[in-house]
Amino acid sequence: MHIFINGNLRQLASENVTISALVVTLNLTGKRLAIEKNGEIVPRSQFDMVTLHDGDKLEIVGAVGGG
Amino acid sequence: MNDELIIAGKAYQSRLLVGTGKYKDFTETRAAIDASGAQIVTVAIRRTNIGQHVGEPSLLDCLPPEEFTYLPNTAGCYSADDAVRTLRLARELLDGHKLVKLEVLGDPKTLYPNVIETIAAAKTLVKDGFDVMVYTSDDPIIAKQLEDIGCCAVMPLASLIGSGMGILNPWNLQIIIENAKVPVLVDAGVGTASDAAIAMELGCAGILMNTAIADAQNPVLMASAMKKAVEAGREAFLAGRMPKKLYSASPSSPTAGLITAS
Repeated sequence: MHIFINGNLRQLASENVTISALVVTLNLTGKRLAIEKNGEIVPRSQFDMVTLHDGDKLEIVGAVGGG
Repeated sequence: MNDELIIAGKAYQSRLLVGTGKYKDFTETRAAIDASGAQIVTVAIRRTNIGQHVGEPSLLDCLPPEEFTYLPNTAGCYSADDAVRTLRLARELLDGHKLVKLEVLGDPKTLYPNVIETIAAAKTLVKDGFDVMVYTSDDPIIAKQLEDIGCCAVMPLASLIGSGMGILNPWNLQIIIENAKVPVLVDAGVGTASDAAIAMELGCAGILMNTAIADAQNPVLMASAMKKAVEAGREAFLAGRMPKKLYSASPSSPTAGLITAS
């Protein structure tokens, strides 16, 4: 299936991937980040429970230097 | 002297707040922030770089949230909706952290704030439980409205973001400070140490700056200068300056007991 991550189309090998599994796939384990799925924030405590579906739009953000 | 800055019920010893952008690397960022003595540091919220190396250092490694109070900002947002969305993500990112810097810009060329969108976003964020430090123009009426909405600090510009032009309208700042019951901090426009001192002498509760330090030839030394300027300006404000007069017939040395020719 295909999902959008930070505006980029990305193919995932399997269906029903959880956000936790995606975080591992993206090499983001242990990184402090916040995730929005289709415009709604997914609390970190729910990463294990929320599964992704074809066409989902994810925003994955972190803190960077800024003024 | 016990002279703490209280923002949203929390006390800070430093009245200098600094940004974390535009530095050469994280080592320089950390050194400059240490030299500034700042306890509150602003950060931006941006899309994570997917595919970055696992061990790559991050801002959070350089400035651990246990050591500093993070002030996530909405830099780059041009609408109330985008600003609110960004800060909700920031709250999730920082484990429910409520203190935020709201800025909604109106023009990419000048980075002048859009106060109409800023007011709309402030209303939503305050209702949503955020402690909002709000960047705005130096319009005293807007500043008062933002305070009335419930913002915990009002932060007018001294001049445009990144301009280094200094305090262009001290009179407006004075009116804003006089009217406010929440801390008024100058955010943006400070170029060098004297600008920071002038803002503090006017009675500002603090100053937020980034470019003045990061774009100095020696950022770490400038950070140290800014720390001293903010402290000096604050002490001068508290001390109460002597009145200005064109001249004075009252010299500092005694007029009696002068040696004479006779």
